[in-house]
Amino acid sequence: MTSTLTPTRTELNVTPRFPGMKVTQARVIKSEWTKFRSLRSTLITLLVSVALTVGLGALISAVTASHWAQASPADRADFNAVVTSLNGVNISQLAVGVLGVLLISGEYATGMIRASLTAVPKRLPVLWAKLGVFAAVVGALSVISTFAAFFLGQSLLSSKNLNVSISSPNALRMVLGAAVYLVLVGIIGMALGGLFRNTAAGISSLVAVFFVIPPILGLLPKSWSDRIGPYLPSNAGEAFWGHPTGSHLAALTGLLVLCAWAAAAVAAAAVRLKERDA
Amino acid sequence: MIEVSGLTKRYGDKTAVNDLTFTVKPGIVTGFLGPNGAGKSTTMRMIAGLDEPTSGSVRVNAADYRRAHVPMAELGILLEAKAVHTSRSAYNHLLALAQTNGVPRSRVAEVIDLVGLAEVARKRAGGFSLGMGQRLGIASALLGDPQTIVLDEPINGLDPEGILWVRNLLKGLAAEGRTVFISSHLMTEMALTAHHLIVVGRGELIADLDVEEFVALASTNVIMVRSPQATQLRDLLLGPDVTITSREAGLLEVRGVSAETIGDLAFDHQIRLHGLAVQQASLEDAFMEMTRDSVEFHAHTTTAHTTTAHTTTAHTGDQSGNQSGAPTRVAQTAGESR
Ligand SMILES: Nc1ncnc2c1ncn2[C@@H]1O[C@H](COP(=O)(O)OP(=O)(O)OP(=O)(O)O)[C@@H](O)[C@H]1O
Ligand SMILES: [Mg+2]
Repeated sequence: MTSTLTPTRTELNVTPRFPGMKVTQARVIKSEWTKFRSLRSTLITLLVSVALTVGLGALISAVTASHWAQASPADRADFNAVVTSLNGVNISQLAVGVLGVLLISGEYATGMIRASLTAVPKRLPVLWAKLGVFAAVVGALSVISTFAAFFLGQSLLSSKNLNVSISSPNALRMVLGAAVYLVLVGIIGMALGGLFRNTAAGISSLVAVFFVIPPILGLLPKSWSDRIGPYLPSNAGEAFWGHPTGSHLAALTGLLVLCAWAAAAVAAAAVRLKERDA
Repeated sequence: MIEVSGLTKRYGDKTAVNDLTFTVKPGIVTGFLGPNGAGKSTTMRMIAGLDEPTSGSVRVNAADYRRAHVPMAELGILLEAKAVHTSRSAYNHLLALAQTNGVPRSRVAEVIDLVGLAEVARKRAGGFSLGMGQRLGIASALLGDPQTIVLDEPINGLDPEGILWVRNLLKGLAAEGRTVFISSHLMTEMALTAHHLIVVGRGELIADLDVEEFVALASTNVIMVRSPQATQLRDLLLGPDVTITSREAGLLEVRGVSAETIGDLAFDHQIRLHGLAVQQASLEDAFMEMTRDSVEFHAHTTTAHTTTAHTTTAHTGDQSGNQSGAPTRVAQTAGESR
């Protein structure tokens, strides 16, 4: 059956037409940055998360200040000016986490992932690049938004002299901690997107981890919830950006625990990306 | 060059590809044909290293593609048209892919021009028609100026002008010494575009032959003979390499004997003929014939399945082949056979 009609050429050594062509991690990062900036929905979601961090923090600060006269002694004892101004993070984390899920699950939904992985058949550089670009962008925006939320919140609290300065104990750590927290939530969201390869499953699991499991745990016997509760991702996060007097881990321990969660999620996503059919 | 050897892929207990072995050579266009579900796309995903073979191996340009340093210079592949984020522009889609391998921006513009998308390159890809999506997919496959090009159903959704364009493009790429492997359901289109064919059915290799050989097989003519003495005539005609089927009393479909022979034989034996007509089998018919037993998803028609054993080796020799796939079709035979 072999054809004798057509001359065949050997091609053992493919010489790329464009000089210097090859895959490098830096190039894959550049590519992921192009993908990232070329989707308007991504930019909108990021702006929404900034608006939530700053806007909700300001709103809660303003309401707290205006109702201070009626506040109960317990409420007053519980009050922390930094936490009050950073309260928006509790909601904006959802926007960041969901965006993380979408940035990977969206590629599976459209089939784009096949093109991405054929261009980079070693696969893992694509995941690292996605994580790197997303973490850098979320980190930069979150630092800006948590500082903005802090200063705006404090200026609103100052009407009742409830404000604190950034140099007060723990304030700087909490403001920066909140930004770090948002980055880690984004990374976990991205890992869940890669793990499930599906938007609905990724978002559901994200919501379960951060919004459903913590309150359910509160229903368990106290000896249990006290032992497990602090190690949940959201509570570990609060240890370094939330209420300093809560029943938390130490700030540094909390950070390490949340980093461990993120690392485990990323490792699972990496194994799945490398081992399973795309 | 693509070398597929003993390739098998199972999804659970479903065998999508079963022990496929073939080689796709450079310098020619090779068509990959098979009915729905034959395993073409699965094979192509394994060529690109996207799906891991259950057993067997694939080599692209004599190497494991997953270890390629310059993947886009080795292999350009189109798997699904419109596998693009709908709100990203065609330009940014291609730019992102190009950047991974260090393909210059000028090349992005070049492939956009080549596939004729220059006017819409900055528009959302979600608004593209199927044909425009195909062109975008072909553009992405060509970005790295690859040595080997694999396209899954590239003409699907293209208008006649687009089909002609793809045909010439692929022939040109092959003439430059590249390996070009394209899948299709359309035998007639492949006969015009490809030089060699790999035919699969139910994941197994059915044929690995040049288009010319296929056309020679396909041009086995069918002669429709109507006679009140059909049974008598049939007994006279039967012989090695002759196939006779009959769908209704008095009508024979004869393969392997010329019309002249039948007419003369009838005259010699004083058999009355009411009709003697030559029908040329189209390439599509020949393709369906070849893959009939391996078609996975039969449409339910009222015609019963033929019981004839077909002798594909029968040549008439006097026909030069039916390049364009003439519209005359051989009726599907059903009912009693010889
Ligand atoms: N990921 C998968 N999981 C399970 N089954 C699969 C998967 N991919 C393919 N299959 C099955 O494998 C078989 C071959 O499918 P494939 O898509 O390769 O066929 P094809 O020749 O490309 O068909 P078509 O002409 O319709 O495109 C089909 O029966 C299909 O259902
Ligand atoms: Mg297919």
